[in-house]
Parts: sequence; C-alpha cells; structure tokens
Amino acid sequence: MNRSLALKLLSAAIVFGAWEIAGRVPVSYAFPTFLESMHALVVMTFDGSIFTAYAETLKPLVIGVAISAFFGIIIGLWVGLSSRFEWLFSPIFVVMQAAPLAALIPILVMAYGIGLTSKVFVVCIMAMPVIVLNTASAVRNTPASIKDMGKSFMATDRDIILKIIIPAASPVIFSGLRLGISAGFIGAILSELKITPTGVGDIITYSRSIADYPSMYAAIFSIIVLAVLFLNLLERTENYLFEGNNRGYVSD
Amino acid sequence: MSQTNDAFTKAVPVEGDSAVSVRNVSKNYGPVEALKNLSLEFPRGQLTSLLGPSGCGKTTLLKIIAGLLEPTSGEIEIDGKIITSPGPDRAFVFQDFALLPWASVIRNVAFGLELRGVAKSEREAIAEKYIKNVGLSGFEKAYPHELSGGMRQRVGLARALSVDAQVLLLDEPFSAVDEQNRRKFQEDMLELVRQENKTFIFVTHSIEEAVYVSDQIAILLPRPSRVSEIIRPQSFRGTGIENIRRSPEYLDIVDEIWASLRNYVE
Repeated sequence: MNRSLALKLLSAAIVFGAWEIAGRVPVSYAFPTFLESMHALVVMTFDGSIFTAYAETLKPLVIGVAISAFFGIIIGLWVGLSSRFEWLFSPIFVVMQAAPLAALIPILVMAYGIGLTSKVFVVCIMAMPVIVLNTASAVRNTPASIKDMGKSFMATDRDIILKIIIPAASPVIFSGLRLGISAGFIGAILSELKITPTGVGDIITYSRSIADYPSMYAAIFSIIVLAVLFLNLLERTENYLFEGNNRGYVSD
Repeated sequence: MSQTNDAFTKAVPVEGDSAVSVRNVSKNYGPVEALKNLSLEFPRGQLTSLLGPSGCGKTTLLKIIAGLLEPTSGEIEIDGKIITSPGPDRAFVFQDFALLPWASVIRNVAFGLELRGVAKSEREAIAEKYIKNVGLSGFEKAYPHELSGGMRQRVGLARALSVDAQVLLLDEPFSAVDEQNRRKFQEDMLELVRQENKTFIFVTHSIEEAVYVSDQIAILLPRPSRVSEIIRPQSFRGTGIENIRRSPEYLDIVDEIWASLRNYVE
C-alpha cells in the first residue's frame, strides 16, 4: 500500500517537475510554469471564483452523468438481455459514439437553445454510448454455467438478473462507467466552450482572451483533478460492493 | 429389482424402486439427433453413472433430467411426478464448479437456500454444517479464487448437499480436479452414497471412475445416442475402499467397457 502511494507521488512529482521545467524554458509564451498555475489556482480558490465556476459547470455535468449512468445501465441491461431490443437500440448508440460531437452542437443549439438542456445533451452524448455498449456486452458474456446453476437451484428470472447477471457483469459495467464519466467531463467542458461560456469554460475562455495563462491552466488542472478524484471514488465503490470480483489486479 | 449372478444384466426396467425414470426421451438440435428414444431407470439411494464417448449425449441427458433442457419428446418422472423444469427435488454439481466469484464460500454454499428464500441465519447454519462435512472448515470467508480446484468443487458439492434434494446430478464433477484430489473425491463419494439416502446420477468419461463409484453403470453409445448396456458390479461393493481396485471383477468390468467403447473413440 505504502509503496504504491510512494510510486503515485513519484509519478506526480515527475509530471509536475517536467511541467515546471517546460514552463521555465519556456516552451511557449502561452505556457506557464506549474508553480505559476498553482498560484493562480490558490488565488481563484481564495477569491471564491473557482467555486462559483464549478457551481455552474457541475450542473450539466452531474445531471448528464446521472442520466447517462442510470438510463445507460438500464438500457444496456435490456439490450444485453433481449436480442430484439439490441436490434432496435444498438445502432443508435454506435452512431452516437462515432458521431463528431462538435459538428452536432449547432443542431442541438437550434433545437434546445443555449441553456442547460443543450449542455446536458452534450454530456449525455459523450457519456451514454460507452456505458450502454459496455453494459450490454457484459450482460451477454455472463458465463452460461452460472446462469444454469441459478436455474437449477430454482432462481426466478429476477433472481438471475439481480443475483447473477448484474454482479457478474459489474466489472465491465464499472469500466464503462469510468470511461463514460471521463467522457462526460470532456462533454461538460466542451459544451461550455462551444455553446455559451459559463463556469470553468468561462474561466478558460476569458483567461485566454486576456492572456492570463496561469489562470487558464489552473482551471484545466482543477477539472482534471476533479475527474481523477471522482474516478477513484467510483473504483472504491466498486471494490466495496463486489469484493470478490477484485482478484488483486484492481489497484486502489 | 432383478438381480442375476451375471454382472452384465440387460437393460430391464426396474419397477417400483426407481427414483428417476427416463422414458423415450429424444433431443434434437436442429437436424442433429443428440438423444434418440432413450429410456433408463435410476434406482433409489444408489449411484448410477452415465458413461460413454464424447458426443454420446450424457451431459444432454443429465441437463434434461435437471430441467435445464427440454426434451424434444419423451418424459422424465421423479417420484411418480412428470417434471419439466428444475425443482427442489434435484441439485446439480457442475463440471466447471459454477461458483459466484464475488461471493464468499459460505454465501456460495448457501446460495441454493438463498434462492429458496431461507432466512440468512438459518441458511448460514446449514451451509456451515456442509462446509464442515466436505472438509472446508475455516474457509467460510474465503473467495473462490483463493481456493484450489479440488476445494472449489467441494464448495460446489456442499452447495448441492445443502438444499437437501433427493436426487444429486453430477456433471463430470472431478474432471477439472487433479488426480490425487480426484481419488480422494471418489472415496468420499462412496462414503456419501452410503450415508445420505439420496439418488446420485453421475456423468463421467473415466471408465475406472465409473466402475469405482457406481452401483449401476449405463453405457451410452453415440450416433444415435442409446443405452447399449447396463452393468451392475456385484462383488466388490462393501469390501472396503482399499480392495476395490484389486478386485478381479473391477478389472474385468473396466476391460469389458473399454472393449465395447474403443471402436467409438476417434
């Protein structure tokens, strides 16, 4: 445990060190050092502007991720369990996953305006397909012998879904959630850059326009940190819920 | 029950004392006939092996008896009742163990009871008893990936025993277990058949294993699948486990079965 923590700190030190050196060289006038960016982050933390920004950014992010996770898993289960449903829904999500989102944003804005709805849509389009498709394939790949085992011990269809299929599919469902949620973070920032500049997207756009690069990088850094923290939390939840599925290869 | 001094009695229906009767069962997968008009009686309280070359439909027959597969025609009768689906009268032991990797040993053993809605404290008490019976005391909290192959199958066996079904169906239960553990399992099986008043149906591809553990051996031949012979070893049952493999009858039966099966092995 301590060794893995030490390795994580070492890896962070290497990345931040390289950043600091690249900023001091400098690689570009528009690339601040790590310390300048951290200073900007501290300033924004103390004047409260970062919190106001996140209050705005987290709205579409949380709503979109919650919708994607909830409906994504339900639709994924359904698609995985019924081949007819798969024919109906699978193409939609494959198209959604492949579509160039930035090109779709003008259409979304025409249909839903520049408010929260469009931004939630962008987050969902980014996050949902991978959640649906991962869940569906995990459900389809449940080993036949443990389903037979359930049936032979007189499990109802509901028991088989709740006590066998979902736990068996959970590692792949969770990896879909991890991918989907990181895509959702990208979608939230993308929507703030492409639709209307609010929240963290506003800090990025505004700082860039006045050449306050440390603040711009501080905002980008903070969203990455938030995403990493959230993914760690998700992994802990998974390990807690399905302990035996953790066969030693999932790190903390 | 008709008994002759001849060890090789022909397939005659045993009236009255059979726990499971298979009558004229056929099973087709599309144009492929897996089983054709197969009839077989399984005497109560005894162990019957289904033995045959691969592709003879022995696992298919076992799954039909379990209610996991539906026969194309024919019927299965258990204790005078025709069955079409899994029931509380049967429990299954799987070749690949079919344990839940996310569940501890005790939850796996109690899983059959959990599905039947038995309260947690009650089912864990029962599970603990059978975990002890199969020699896994102290491993209640372990997960399947922490156990060896032999221990995993002991968990599968304990799960099947804990639901207290009259008929135990075992699908090549020891084929994924190493040789030494398999011998121990075979000895334990004999003890189990003697102790528990249950009917065992045992699928295997090992001739020695079938002769060692069985009260009755049904030889199945493929294309189309049929019962070619029923063998009832007479003399070495009850002479002590250490003498079975030395008994002349044991050796004769093993040779006899191999002689009739060798043409079917490609």
